[in-house]
Amino acid sequence: MAILKSSVRTQADEFRANAELMNSLVADLREKVLKIKQGGGQKACAKHTERGKLLPRERIRQLLDVGSPFLEFSQLAAWGMYGADIPAAGIITGIGRVSGVECVIVTNDATVKGGTYFPLTVKKHLRAQEIAGENHLPCIYLVDSGGANLPQQDEVFPDRDHFGRIFYNQANLSARGVPQIAVVMGSCTAGGAYVPAMSDESIIVKNQGTIFLAGPPLVKAAIGEVVSAEDLGGADVHCRTSGVTDHYAANDGHALELARRTVANLNRIKQPRLAVKEPVEPLYAAEELYGIIPTDTRKPYDVREVIARIVDGSEFDEFKQLYGTSLVCGFAHIWGYPVGIVANNGILFSESALKGAHFIELCSQRGIPLVFLQNISGFMVGSKYEAGGIAKDGAKMVTAVSCAKVPKFTVIIGGSFGAGNYGMCGRAFSPRFLWMWPNARISVMGGEQAASVLAQVKRDGFETRGESWPLEEEDAFKKPIRDQYETQGHPYYASARMWDDGIIDPVDTRMTLGLGISAALNAPAEKTEFGIFRM
Amino acid sequence: MFNTILIANRGEIACRVIRTAQRLGIRTVAVYSDADAGALHVTLADEAHHIGPAPARESYLVAERILEVAIRSGAEAVHPGYGFLSENAGFAEACADKGIVFIGPPCAAIRAMGSKSAAKEIMGAAGVPLVPGYHGHEQGAEFLQAEADRIGYPLLIKASAGGGGKGMRVVVRSADFTDALAGARREAMSGFGDDHVLLERYLTKPRHIEIQVFADSHGNALHIFERDCSIQRRHQKVVEEAPAFGMTPQLRAKMGEAAVAAARAIGYVGAGTVEFLLDEDGSFYFMEMNTRLQVEHPVTEMISGLDLVEWQLRVASGEPMPCTQEQLAISGHAIEARIYAEDPSREFLPSIGRLRHMRTPGESAHVRIDSGVRQGDEVSINYDPMIAKLIVWDTDRNAAIRRLRTALADFEVVGVTTNTGFLGNVVAHPAFSAGAIDTGFIERHRDGLIPESVPASDRILALAALDLMLTRSAEAESRAKASHDPHSPWHHTGGWRLNYDNYHFLHFIDEEQAVTITAHYRPTGFLLGLPGGSMLVRGDRDNAGDLHADLAGTRIKATVIRSGAAITVLDQGKSHQLVIHNPHAVGEQDDAAAGRLTAPMPGKIVAVMAEVGVRVERGTPLIIMEAMKMEHTISAPCDGSVAAFHYPVGAVVNEGTELLDFTAEAEPPQP
Repeated sequence: MAILKSSVRTQADEFRANAELMNSLVADLREKVLKIKQGGGQKACAKHTERGKLLPRERIRQLLDVGSPFLEFSQLAAWGMYGADIPAAGIITGIGRVSGVECVIVTNDATVKGGTYFPLTVKKHLRAQEIAGENHLPCIYLVDSGGANLPQQDEVFPDRDHFGRIFYNQANLSARGVPQIAVVMGSCTAGGAYVPAMSDESIIVKNQGTIFLAGPPLVKAAIGEVVSAEDLGGADVHCRTSGVTDHYAANDGHALELARRTVANLNRIKQPRLAVKEPVEPLYAAEELYGIIPTDTRKPYDVREVIARIVDGSEFDEFKQLYGTSLVCGFAHIWGYPVGIVANNGILFSESALKGAHFIELCSQRGIPLVFLQNISGFMVGSKYEAGGIAKDGAKMVTAVSCAKVPKFTVIIGGSFGAGNYGMCGRAFSPRFLWMWPNARISVMGGEQAASVLAQVKRDGFETRGESWPLEEEDAFKKPIRDQYETQGHPYYASARMWDDGIIDPVDTRMTLGLGISAALNAPAEKTEFGIFRM
Repeated sequence: MFNTILIANRGEIACRVIRTAQRLGIRTVAVYSDADAGALHVTLADEAHHIGPAPARESYLVAERILEVAIRSGAEAVHPGYGFLSENAGFAEACADKGIVFIGPPCAAIRAMGSKSAAKEIMGAAGVPLVPGYHGHEQGAEFLQAEADRIGYPLLIKASAGGGGKGMRVVVRSADFTDALAGARREAMSGFGDDHVLLERYLTKPRHIEIQVFADSHGNALHIFERDCSIQRRHQKVVEEAPAFGMTPQLRAKMGEAAVAAARAIGYVGAGTVEFLLDEDGSFYFMEMNTRLQVEHPVTEMISGLDLVEWQLRVASGEPMPCTQEQLAISGHAIEARIYAEDPSREFLPSIGRLRHMRTPGESAHVRIDSGVRQGDEVSINYDPMIAKLIVWDTDRNAAIRRLRTALADFEVVGVTTNTGFLGNVVAHPAFSAGAIDTGFIERHRDGLIPESVPASDRILALAALDLMLTRSAEAESRAKASHDPHSPWHHTGGWRLNYDNYHFLHFIDEEQAVTITAHYRPTGFLLGLPGGSMLVRGDRDNAGDLHADLAGTRIKATVIRSGAAITVLDQGKSHQLVIHNPHAVGEQDDAAAGRLTAPMPGKIVAVMAEVGVRVERGTPLIIMEAMKMEHTISAPCDGSVAAFHYPVGAVVNEGTELLDFTAEAEPPQP
């Protein structure tokens, strides 16, 4: 294969300035995550552990194979929302290895508002199930939740993608042979009771896990019966009498061991149907990505410098290298898995869109996973291009991206604006995973363009009325728009709302992609059928 | 010379004899019991025959069966080794009857030395010095006082019929004799119904010095110098050396002559050992004669350059001894340490088990190892738990001591507890290097010799932790190779996390204490949180399984052996055992069943098996019920006792009925 040659000069001032900025962005991200990791805070955690319960991340650690990676989703979910700290939306989700099997793990954090479900908690739970479904990964629910957050009931209960969808998903995942395993390590009240009840196998911790449709206060209010939580829905009731749970655990550690045993008995074999090679590290250090990405998103750079630091041996066989050059397409390997890479190297023209569509067809035909490296301000504008049919050529690429059934992975490494987001497999196009770098920006268009467009419309109005609009006023008009776009386009804002599966350190891109691709290979390959390409 | 010999023994001595025989081109026949079917001596021999079950009295001591094998295999001679049949005159005779040469002295010599009192009489008559004493029938108090004064003090009064210290008195001065005699007699009378006593000089600090003798059937006899076997524990030799510390040529000549005289007195042929007690004043007394090759013969070989087994074979086949007394000379100094599977901190109880790991120091001109076991072999209760004899040689005693200390530190055994630490302490003791040794050495210095159990150092814990993490990575790697997705990053064991550092807890039990170590994953190793602070560690294992560790910049080569939950760290000549512990693992059976002693279905109680208040172990049947024509046993859920049975035999009960009250015992402390 062809080896990418890097022309990066690590001693250049520009490189150092870039690196400094990216370093600060990554440091800020890690600082945020460190805080999020502490869950509901010291007091709540102490209260939790005093009861002999393990903290949610410790539960995950013990559930996983020793040293297993854990690909956590949406760490920043609910960040800066709800006017209160709801770290990680009170639910930790991700993929980890359990008894040698990649599983999706969904863990309530009872130290965060009792583990109750806020709207984003529900969204995160459902996204984890979606990932499990798309990639055929067994689900393990470590349940410790008070159920729906009652003040937020209108945003968590009634709609299609609300609380009930969890159980709909459990039933349908189970139907598709995606195992559902629940470990009841705390409350499982009301709707929550269905998590273990809808599971294929369930485990409960004695004197700690409880399952009931109505808790003691509601029972007393409704029928006057006075009963303790343990007698109403504890491990003894459910393992001996009701049969709601199957395995009786003495404590958290034991319960997790039982869960590991359950997974070990699933009889699953992962058989990727890909021509895999021995992985080789890239020739260039991933850390250099920090100095490559310009501080100014509008500044062009060669995306091959990024590819060279992600793919095996920096080897990249380019497709149509001389045609539609603002889109780089080619074949490479990541962690030994063959991939097709689609990366922006400038705005999209008709040719680049056609090349992209062609390449996506190739990969779909050959069953090669697609990796999109997104850094796009949009399609070219102007009468020449409209007349040249850029809309229909863009549509071809969007059709190809939409219909391709090979696993797709998107990393937003810079801007994600307008229709470029669509052609480059944005969230709406169901990539198996979508991650953002901390320098990324996402919005319907750039803040400056949006402000200018709105200002132009307003100026047209003034001019129609024969009035004038002083430049200072126009500036004052544009500033809040720019600010709004900057705030809403920021990756924290995006990740808080789960427009992605998480923000990643550029250095971790190769590992994250590797884990994602490998996890995706648990699902059987699907055949692609394309819609009509407008010619 | 013989064409074929049979070795009527096992273990290291069988291997030892086989090696010399093979060097001389002699075919070897081994015998083995059930327990030794896979033993080293069986592998080494040209052929091997099964002779019975594990207990020696049903195999290695059954003369007829061994002779049968000898005849069947065409062996012309039998080497008895030491122990077992080696000093059994009957066996020697039986060999002769079958026309097979017994590689040892004539039956008469064995018999003569078999009885200790008779041996002393013969030796006394031959002019070999005996411990001064009075063994006669005259028991008058005044007469005995006179005898005592003649013998000299300190003096020992012993009950003639006695044993075990009863009726025994040490008298330091003549004036105390009468009282002590009365006391000894009283005890002897009440203990054995016989108040006869004997008197003997009491040696306060005797040394055990023995002389190796050899004689052939041509009338030649010589000695091959002395061995000092004073370092003993309850009459069991522990460390032996040659020559003896402070031995003068004059004394050696005197003792040697006495020993040769002893051999001649009984018409001795072959290898023998005459044991003497050497008093502080330089006088020595005959103790007994061993009519066989001694365990400790290698130290003599190391300083004389001879192969005593070769000599035995030559002499037994009728050849004269290869050289004369004048041709023998001492070169350097040799020390032997007997490595046993035993636990010095538990009264030297034998330690039984499989040798999970055994690595001996490299053999050279300076280091010799005589062993009958290999890694993977079992040390069983059936035989002597000796693992090996470690023999070192150097030009002088101090150099030999240094060699021995190093070699002992390099002798690695995991699976059973050994006395290497204890032996190391013995030879490192200042009194040992000063030559201040006598048969009371171990008792006197006991406290400083038994290795103390100390909590694992950070270094030990770090090595154990590193090894455990490396083991897990290696296991993951081999699982990865066997999978359909061999290169997946999911096989990684570096604890990868998105945007934060991860760690792992390692739980060990050390000296009954729980120790938790935090292992933070680092790109090339781990940052360990240890009791004494944090330490950056990394390392790998070589093909031999040794751990090459970098502990905060210090490079170490250590051996870490894992066997089940036990991790043994061998480092700096010490072995430390830790047990992997899972504080969260609970026996669910205990828990799930506790307190629920209810009828599993409607039925009749047909038997009550336990008594109220009487302790029962977990699993003990308490009640038997009959239901649906099947018997159901209700068993004790854990150790404890029944507080009450609620129904008598014959009662019909419904499903779920509580049948009895059970009181669980408090958790016993963890062993």
